[in-house]
Amino acid sequence: MSASPSPWERATISAISDLTPRVKSFTFAPETPFRFRPGQHVDLRLTAPDGYQARRSYSIASAPSADGTIELAIERLDDGEVSSFFHEAAEVGDAIELRGPIGGHFVWDSDDGGPLLLIGAGSGVAPLMAMIRERAGQGSAVPALLVLAARGWDNILFRDELLALEARTDGFELVFALSREAVRRDRDHGGRIDQALAAAALARLPSPPTFAFVCGSNAFVEAATSAFIEAGLDSKIIRTERYGG
Amino acid sequence: MATRGFIGRRTPEDHAARTPPGQALTTDFPVLSAGPTPRIKLEDWKFTLKVGPRPVFAWDWKTFDALPKTAFTRDIHCVTTWSKLDTKWEGVTIDDLLAAAGMEAATPFVLAHGFDGYSTNVPTADLAGSKAMIATTYDGKPLTPDHGGPARLLVPHLYLWKSAKWVSGLQFTEVDTAGFWELRGYHMVGDPWREQRYHDDP
Ligand SMILES: Cc1cc2nc3c(=O)[nH]c(=O)nc-3n(C[C@H](O)[C@H](O)[C@H](O)COP(=O)(O)OP(=O)(O)OC[C@H]3O[C@@H](n4cnc5c(N)ncnc54)[C@H](O)[C@@H]3O)c2cc1C
Repeated sequence: MSASPSPWERATISAISDLTPRVKSFTFAPETPFRFRPGQHVDLRLTAPDGYQARRSYSIASAPSADGTIELAIERLDDGEVSSFFHEAAEVGDAIELRGPIGGHFVWDSDDGGPLLLIGAGSGVAPLMAMIRERAGQGSAVPALLVLAARGWDNILFRDELLALEARTDGFELVFALSREAVRRDRDHGGRIDQALAAAALARLPSPPTFAFVCGSNAFVEAATSAFIEAGLDSKIIRTERYGG
Repeated sequence: MATRGFIGRRTPEDHAARTPPGQALTTDFPVLSAGPTPRIKLEDWKFTLKVGPRPVFAWDWKTFDALPKTAFTRDIHCVTTWSKLDTKWEGVTIDDLLAAAGMEAATPFVLAHGFDGYSTNVPTADLAGSKAMIATTYDGKPLTPDHGGPARLLVPHLYLWKSAKWVSGLQFTEVDTAGFWELRGYHMVGDPWREQRYHDDP
């Protein structure tokens, strides 16, 4: 049985930066650092002066680190209760209540081996990023492929870091699917994820994947898993994380 | 601990009493599941009641669909913090199901199974007394695959992960046996009014 997450604890925001026009990165320093596996998430809880509370889940985008800080990528939803608080009000130094780590299914680390297929859209790349960063940090040679869907080049979270990781040619491959813009690299695809893209992507791995993780809105997860299953991916190995919407 | 700069969006007064702690109301119907959506053909569908390892009764779609149906209008609560009021379902209550099988609840615990390999444990008492059903329609229409169709367990007074989608059977167990999410740190009962989200929550 996996352990329960920590009780609520304070975490201080230690850094904030823009990832894309709609997504910001927040680094938290929990008062009592905890261990987690790439793919897991935390719950954040906000409390109003009268005691009213709201809580939401956010995937950890960073790999486990020695200093115990964690990075979250929070996408702004118009009228979103919690995400707009983070985009409009939160500042470095603020204390937020946090509980984690949570989730024992959508998890992978380099000891699990591969090949590893990762499919994400928008802020859904966050838990996949934790896996990619852990893999790189461990010097793992497990073949891994990230298929990342975005509207355009400037909507790709962690784009420059991903390009730099791909340039290491250590078995990590990257395919962007841009729905609203012309592609800039030969290997990338215009349009949404469909069967043809899925087949071409699968062919980039040396052998069929043993792990496949799909994360994003429910509509994206449904469309992407259908396309990959039609292209021959074994549905039994697919694990999904759906952000709602 | 008050969060600097947070005011929050309140649940309207008349709905607040129906919204469990830590939940926010939604009007759409988000989908959460651990894997891809299975597509189950009605001709392949089968539902089995088991006591321990022993199958005691089974239905195919035709015989199941002929069982007496009950309509439910209930509030539902997902552990990811959304709640939805007044959702309309129709299906076969667990009481009617057991009556049709000519049996009574055999043990204090049930493990519900899904076609996708999912499982979740529920105390038998939470299924009895018309509190739960095998639902086959939502909002007047056949249950769609992404919401668990052709049929899902519906235990609306517990967090929704207990309401196994694509349900393929119920298994009575002597011992409370952790299912898929329960093995992964989630609560054995999951009462939203007591915020029983994770394993150690009281
Ligand atoms: C396991 C898990 C991990 C998650 N990880 C992340 C993460 O890493 N980063 C992240 O940004 N979010 C993540 N989410 C989503 C997050 O928990 C919140 O749901 C999200 O931030 C919206 O909360 P909110 O309070 O801003 O919006 P709310 O006030 O809750 O309003 C949401 C409303 O906006 C609408 N809506 C919901 N989703 C969308 C959407 N995608 N696009 C348009 N409209 C929508 C719906 O009508 C919904 O009722 C995750 C969710 C889960 C379950």
